[in-house]
Amino acid sequence: MADFEPMNWISNVVRPKIRNFLARREVPENLWIKCPDSGQLVFYKDVETNQFVIPGSEYHMRMGAVARLKSVFDGETWFDIAVPEVPIDPLKFRDERRYSDRLKDARAKTSMNDAVKLGYGKLDGMPVVIGVQDFDFMGGSLGMAAGEAVIKGFDTALEKSTPFILFIGSGGARMQEGIFSLMQMPRTTVGVQRLREARLPYIVVLTNPTTGGVTASYAMLGDVHIAEPGALIGFAGPRVIEQTIREKLPEGFQKSEYLREHGMVDMVVHRRELRPLLARMCRILTKAPERVDETAAVVLPAPAEASA
Amino acid sequence: MRSYLDFEKPVAEVDAKAEELKALTDADTSPAIREEVVRLEGKAAETLAALYAGLTPWQKTQVARHPQRPHALDYIAGMITDFTLFAGDRKFAEDEAIVGGLGRFRGESVCIIGHEKGSSTEARLKHNFGMARPEGYRKAVRLMDMADRFDLPVIALVDTPGAYPGIGAEERGQAEAIARSTDACLALGVPNVAVVIGEGGSGGAIAIATANRVLMLQNSIYSVISPEGAASILWRDTAKAQEAATNMKITAEDLLRFGVIDKIVPEPVGGAHRNPAATIAAAADAIAVAFTELGRLDRETLRRQRRDKFLAIGRAVG
Repeated sequence: MADFEPMNWISNVVRPKIRNFLARREVPENLWIKCPDSGQLVFYKDVETNQFVIPGSEYHMRMGAVARLKSVFDGETWFDIAVPEVPIDPLKFRDERRYSDRLKDARAKTSMNDAVKLGYGKLDGMPVVIGVQDFDFMGGSLGMAAGEAVIKGFDTALEKSTPFILFIGSGGARMQEGIFSLMQMPRTTVGVQRLREARLPYIVVLTNPTTGGVTASYAMLGDVHIAEPGALIGFAGPRVIEQTIREKLPEGFQKSEYLREHGMVDMVVHRRELRPLLARMCRILTKAPERVDETAAVVLPAPAEASA
Repeated sequence: MRSYLDFEKPVAEVDAKAEELKALTDADTSPAIREEVVRLEGKAAETLAALYAGLTPWQKTQVARHPQRPHALDYIAGMITDFTLFAGDRKFAEDEAIVGGLGRFRGESVCIIGHEKGSSTEARLKHNFGMARPEGYRKAVRLMDMADRFDLPVIALVDTPGAYPGIGAEERGQAEAIARSTDACLALGVPNVAVVIGEGGSGGAIAIATANRVLMLQNSIYSVISPEGAASILWRDTAKAQEAATNMKITAEDLLRFGVIDKIVPEPVGGAHRNPAATIAAAADAIAVAFTELGRLDRETLRRQRRDKFLAIGRAVG
């Protein structure tokens, strides 16, 4: 499911930098990557410094949770919000492999505990809670851990009286948690409702891909729906639809631009425009004054359950 | 004409023999033959009871999908008086995969919504096999809003393979429609009771099943994905559906143990399709009990109870 094809021949010639084993895929194994859209070869560093957008083709690659939080929070800093512990593998599930083993692998690969990471910090001087549902962790799938984390995000925003911004990349339900995965749909909706009742903004950023049960719950219940260009967004996956109707799907079907055309998202926004847009939305919705000089930034007090 | 499921073959054989003999008794009234018929019928009943006492999750899946199983409109006919069917989402279309309307349940005004699969080929097409499009969910939202405004309890009958996966459905916001319907359930200031009467298929089910009380018929199933879907995604082999049905833990027993549902409604021996009237009566009794339990709660308490109930799901599972 990699966004790019590894260029093995070149990594055999050019010795990659010393790898940090704890780091995520932000540290490349290869210096060059191929744009999934145009096929052009680009220097990885250039992609990384361009917020994982391929220069030229403007293809938006997936962005890991840490990189994402860095790209939005002031000074690239925030407080991690601890997410609640949940029971592991409630169904004692196994398909071809044991779910608990798959989970272990995903944790080792991503150094995340599950698919959702939460941060509390400042965006353009305003305190905000930001969540990232990271596709790299088992397809960003929604299980108990991710569900609890999303709820925690809503609850923290409520407690701090801040907006909640959620970046979503998810293939949908975590099948291996069965009915508990399905139950995250109403559970997270409770979170949405609480924030709504407190009249605090909930801003959804739909990234590639956002499908299934995630779309059919909190991903479609935002006050503002923003989508990154070219992201696949839908309820049923294209393959399922094709098999059901036995027809070819139209060009651009279920892409961000298509969703905007059909009234499901407010805007399709290039990643580089995202941060100022989010700041503007938060300010206007909370009736905060126009942007002031950032040098006057105040140090945030740490939330009780957060660790620096 | 009764249709038998594959695992019911032993019952079918005995039933067939008894039928043959019965046909004979019209001509020949010899006591020996009559005795044999009684013996065979007894044997068929025993075999059936034994089979149904130990149904596997896959067998339950088959029972849950039995074409002769009572569907939402049968329940409505059987337990709602003064019923009036409503149509349309007031936005785009009428979707008959979800039926709903107003009527009386044990004398009290109620709103009732349900997925309808249809019981004949014609009806199945008309109701799209219980697979709703966005309009179905938006009609459900409209009915729930009305119920809330007029202080009518809501009954939801859940029976769907899942929401319909089609181009038009996606185009018109299937995901948003489902999300809003779940949202509407959670916002209700009136009591709602959901009964999974057949298949509780994923998001398409939860959209109307987010209720103060969730009941399940004994042989119904409720899952995040169909066993076939799970087999195809996780095993990459649709032939593994039986294994998936077991591993996914989709039976009423499993879900009661997990605290996902509140109560199991027993079915007659041999499944709901062998005695629809008794099944519907049992479901109606269970619904009445649930409403009595919720009876005197005020709007805010009902909302809180529902939210707390769903938030608690999974938190206690070790």
